[in-house]
Order: sequence, then C-alpha cells, then structure tokens
Amino acid sequence: MSKFEFPTSIISRPVYGTLEPRDGSAHLMIADATGAQAILDVATPDMMAKAHIIYIPKGAEFGHRLRALNPAQYYEGPSYAAAEQRIAKAFGDAKMGLQVYLSGSEGVMGQAQHAAMQAGVPHTAIQTEHRGSTARRMQCVHCKGITEDVATDPFQCSHCGLHLFVRDHYSRRLAAYQGVNIDAEDPGNVPEAKGIYE
Amino acid sequence: MTLQFNDETFRDDYSFHNSDRALKRFPFPFHEDSYMYSVNMEQHQGGPADSIYEKRFDVDEHYVSEMRDRAMVLADDPLRCQSLPHMTLAGWDLLELIMVSKSEDYPDLFELHRDGDQWRWVNKPMGIDDSFTFLDEATLPYGPMEYITRQTQGDFCVLDQRDDNLWMDAGTITTQADWSLDFDLGMNFFEWHAPVPMAHEKGIFVRALKFLLNIQQGAPARRLNWTLTVNPLLDTSPENYHKWGIQKTSMTPETVGAKQHLRVELQTFFRLPRSNALVFPIRCYLCSFQDLTKTPKWARRLHRVIRDLPDELATYKGFIDNRPMMLDYLSQFDDGLPTSLGIWPDLDTEPALQKRLI
Repeated sequence: MSKFEFPTSIISRPVYGTLEPRDGSAHLMIADATGAQAILDVATPDMMAKAHIIYIPKGAEFGHRLRALNPAQYYEGPSYAAAEQRIAKAFGDAKMGLQVYLSGSEGVMGQAQHAAMQAGVPHTAIQTEHRGSTARRMQCVHCKGITEDVATDPFQCSHCGLHLFVRDHYSRRLAAYQGVNIDAEDPGNVPEAKGIYE
Repeated sequence: MTLQFNDETFRDDYSFHNSDRALKRFPFPFHEDSYMYSVNMEQHQGGPADSIYEKRFDVDEHYVSEMRDRAMVLADDPLRCQSLPHMTLAGWDLLELIMVSKSEDYPDLFELHRDGDQWRWVNKPMGIDDSFTFLDEATLPYGPMEYITRQTQGDFCVLDQRDDNLWMDAGTITTQADWSLDFDLGMNFFEWHAPVPMAHEKGIFVRALKFLLNIQQGAPARRLNWTLTVNPLLDTSPENYHKWGIQKTSMTPETVGAKQHLRVELQTFFRLPRSNALVFPIRCYLCSFQDLTKTPKWARRLHRVIRDLPDELATYKGFIDNRPMMLDYLSQFDDGLPTSLGIWPDLDTEPALQKRLI
C-alpha cells in the first residue's frame, strides 16, 4: 500500500518517517489498523524476542500476522482509550535502552508519543511511521472536547456542536490539532465539508 | 503624581476610556509610515519620564479595572492560568521580581517588607495586605505565579530554557491576541509561533530566539507588537472567539472611529535568577482610532500603515474585511505631509492636520 504524502505545512505540524530496526534492550511497538504493516516490515526475530506489541485493529485484520511474529508480549485491544493504562504501565516500567516504534493513524501515534514523553523516554528513542487513515484527532478550542478521527474540514464538534475549521496547529501535549469556530463572524455560513486533504 | 484609577469595563457596555494623559503616553507602535516584521528589540532600562517605558512594570489608570476583568476571565475559565510542575520555582522568581520592582518604582502604591523568608506585601490600589513565607506555596491563596499575575497588568508567559530553546511551560493569559495558552502549553518557541505567516521565512524567529536565549539577569529587553481589535475587548481569546467574533461585523462608517481600537503589546523579557527561566510579559494597551487621530503625526501615519500593509498580514491579524471601512475613515485625516521618524507624538513640532475634519 502506498503511503500518503502529507503536504508541507507549518512547524508545529508533526512529520513522520519510516520505521527502521534499531538495537535496544527492549522494543515497544504500538500500532493501529494498517499501521500493523509497518511493524511487519521492520520486525526481525531478534527484535521480537524482546518486543511488546500493542495493536488496535479498528477493523483491520493483521492481528494473526502480528501474533505470528511471536513477540515476547502481544496485546490487541478495541481502542486507544482501552489500551491507555497498559501503555502507561509499559512506559512506566521501561528501562534504559527501550526503543519505541509507533505506526498507523496520527491520533494513536500522537497519544502514544505523549505517553512516552510523560514517562521520560527520550525523543531520540521514538520512531513514527504514518500508515492508513489521514483523519485527525482534534481539540475544540471552545469546549476543549476532543473528537477522534476527524476526516473532513469543517467538521461539527462532537461535544458542543460548533462548526469548526481544522487547523494545522498541533499540540504534542494534547496530541491533537486545533479546531476553531468557522462561522463566528457570519453565523450559519458553514462551507460544505470536504476531505481535509482534498 | 497620584494615579486616579478608572472604574471601567472591557466587555458588555465597554466603558473603557483613555484620559488625556493616557493618550499622550500611548505606545504608538509604528516608527515610520510602513510596517513589516522585525526583531525590534531594545534594552528595557527605563525611558522618558511618564512614558510606559519608564518603570519595569507600568501601572496606569486601567490597573484596577483590568485586574477585575482578569478575575472574571479566570473564574469562567481556570485553564487560562497554568503552570507545569517544574515551573513553580520560576513562579516564585516572578513574584519576587514584580514585588521588588513595584515597591521600588511605586512606593506610594505598593510595599514589600522582608524579614528573611517572612514577607509582607501591601497592594493599596487592590486593598491587599498579605503576609507569607517566601518559597512556601501553602502560605499563599494561589500558586506564586497566579498570585502575583492577578495583581499585575498584562499577560505573562513563563518560559523554561533547555535544549537551546524556550518552552511555554507556564503562563497567565487573559488579554491575548487570539492564541490559546491551554493549547500552546509545553510548545517550544518555533512551535507556538508556527501559525504566524511570513516571519519564519524572513528568519525572524531564529534571530529572536538567539537574542532571547542570551538575555541576562538585570538586563531586560523590550519590543512593541500590535494588532487591531473591534471594541476595547481585552479577552480576545480563541476560547471565546465564537462569542466575540461577531463583534467584528458590528462596525459602520459612523462607529468605526469609536469602535476600532489599535491594540499594542509592550513585550518585555526578564531573566529569572533561581530557575533561569525567562518571563515574557505581554502588556496590552488599547486606543480607539478617533482618539489616535487627535495626534496629527499618528493620524497621518496610521492611515499609511493600514493602507499599505500586505494582505497576508491583514488577514492574519483578522481585519482584512474591515480594512476598506477603516481606510475611508482614516483617509479623512491624512493630508499627505511628511512625518517625523520615531514613535513619539512630537506634538510641539509636527504641524496640525491640514484636512478639514468631518
């Protein structure tokens, strides 16, 4: 599957690379949906002997192939929120030399990266690779509610109902892009929603 | 001189007003008849008598009412004041800097009595007389940064310095030009400035950061920045934009002079002694177009700057739709005469406006 090329944007917008195998005392790999393919591409038997894979399928069917890699620990869960405590513990228990591999949607990579930073994992030990959905995790600047998997611009806040313009401004602390009311100066004049990258 | 504090509002009925004294000392931000971004830094070591540059933290006639407005904003949205856990010491540094500066610069308004770590702070305009133990948070009603910034005009960003960068790790932000502390908290200098157009390409932020990283204790710096705001609204936050944005469409040719305000930020930068953090106060001064045009030099120059500003900047600053109406208003005053260099009003030397005022 070809990878999506994000257009050039402002400095706060994250950029992603391609996972590569690294030497490490342990390997924590977190992926959602087709992000599994990036793990399959980078996995080696040596790495798997010390690997903990956390996978959120979101309907994709890579679970059996990841499990077949025979990682030291494997977990599959229904959502990032469901896996959050497990991920926090994995980072909390981490020792020097941990390598972190994140792949899949921006929302899952962003949240996992935030958890890693909170635990003091150096950013040089974290790799990311975008795969699959280009939908965004958005924070409504007005009500502060976060909406997962926003694919269109503008979109309606799932919490307060305001119509929001999807900005490229991104907060690593919140692991979210910012949504700002689009019709504040002309109430009711909401352009038709398009795909964010259309 | 004894300051008289205005009883005024920055919302609803907008009773905010500037006295003649306030107009004379207004920080007009344009030193020539055009504007482009620059790293316009200078030392913050006083300035002309009674100017806004004279004291380290200027206290003016709007003080008490501005603090009342801040308290309302914080009651509605406590996330406008946040401090990441490692920033508490910088908060104490800031409290000390402000208390020492204000008690020395305005001894008739503020007193600081120190006996070891036992401190007593008297703020007469706000009717505060508190005794506390320095560096003991439990002895203050708020954290140190929040405590002192509830008593000091202007927004405050407290920036941690590490990895050759500055990090927005604490702040009290209630009079901002449309940016969110809650969103930008934890970002570095380049990240929080990411949405600003044109300035990155001009290398402005790289040079500004280099300058700021090297600011030393006792050698603060300052610069002016500006935007435009309809109505004297201090809280032009993104959080409340869905409420105040509509006001931008409320001007008519008859009301533009009274409602359109030039919003000037006096930005200062102080190194803090214990934490090595940098505090970045952003003090907001507001003045209506009709008051600005009472000063002939400023009337001429404001018209020329607004007229010639690149569309990209007018869009970013949020006034491109209202620009034609502003120019219709301001062109009435511009007689085409040359203006003197520098920001000062030069009331004694600049000729009166030659155009007949409507």
